[in-house]
Amino acid sequence: MADITDHHATATATHAEGQQHPLRLYLLVWGLLFVLSAMSYMVDYVGLQGLMRWSLIVIFMLLKAGLIMAVFMHMAWERLALVYTILLPPLAVLVFLAIMTVESDYTFLTRAAAFASP
Amino acid sequence: MAETILHAKRPEGIVADWSSDQRAFKRISWGKAMMWIFLLSDTFVFSIFLLGYMSARNSTQSEWPDTDKVFSLHVGGVELPLLLIAIMTFILISSSGTMAMAVRCGYARARRPTAALMALTALLGASFVGMQAFEWAKLISEGVRPWSNPFGAPQFGASFFMITGFHGTHVSFGVLFLIIIAAKIWRGEFDRPGRTWLKSGAGDYEAVEIMGLYWHFVDLVWVFIFAFFYLW
Repeated sequence: MADITDHHATATATHAEGQQHPLRLYLLVWGLLFVLSAMSYMVDYVGLQGLMRWSLIVIFMLLKAGLIMAVFMHMAWERLALVYTILLPPLAVLVFLAIMTVESDYTFLTRAAAFASP
Repeated sequence: MAETILHAKRPEGIVADWSSDQRAFKRISWGKAMMWIFLLSDTFVFSIFLLGYMSARNSTQSEWPDTDKVFSLHVGGVELPLLLIAIMTFILISSSGTMAMAVRCGYARARRPTAALMALTALLGASFVGMQAFEWAKLISEGVRPWSNPFGAPQFGASFFMITGFHGTHVSFGVLFLIIIAAKIWRGEFDRPGRTWLKSGAGDYEAVEIMGLYWHFVDLVWVFIFAFFYLW
């Protein structure tokens, strides 16, 4: 019983202090997201091509995603038990990505060999 | 009991958290944990859409349509590539910012600012959906269909409608729930005692943060769609 009340007390206590973070941090992230979006748009506007284009697009994308998750979604202040639960499973997608890259290359080559147009 | 406190203060307590009885996510309400787990499942849904798009684009023999040209707008006689998409991106980021402010105001128990900021978020979200509808109408009138289009590889249409449609649906439901929660807060329902499906007692504004998690996730997905579908 004492355990339950105590647990509840800690829960409400963290609630009260909860996810209260400095306004300046939010505004900074907000500004950064604008800048990063503008920069990824510029990559297209300027017309960069090839490796430069793809690497910049992915870098800006990951920076934006990281800022949103860490600060706006408060992931930076959550317990590791939750952080790992959410962030580790999507890594399986990378395996699927590798499989589908090989698979779609194979389809591409098969189509080329069979002279199929679509 | 002493153990619980000890673990709460140690970041390496992840093994202890997971091997403990009753609850793995300590100090996190079930509502927030469930939203995170739902978002994890949604991550897989969108990942698989994007992977499907990658496979279609990678395996087609025809040229993939140039998104610069397909999504360009004529403004004052100048053709600006991806202009509408860029505006949509900025609108969604703005709405993410107002949502973060709403969460902050919620924990400060500032009733009216919280409701107003959520309403503003909903308004920005609705304008995003409106622009998406305009984009769809424009492309459909130009002859883009899920099975063919005049710009290049026929798989383009299926990928476009599937990915942006599913994302737009997420935004629409987000707008709906933002309006519901904002209205309840504005009426003061969150400051009255008693338990409802959104709060456990007077002054429990955690629902705003949970709503925020969903909204930021929708923005997060758009970051990936913008990069992989529009810019790539």
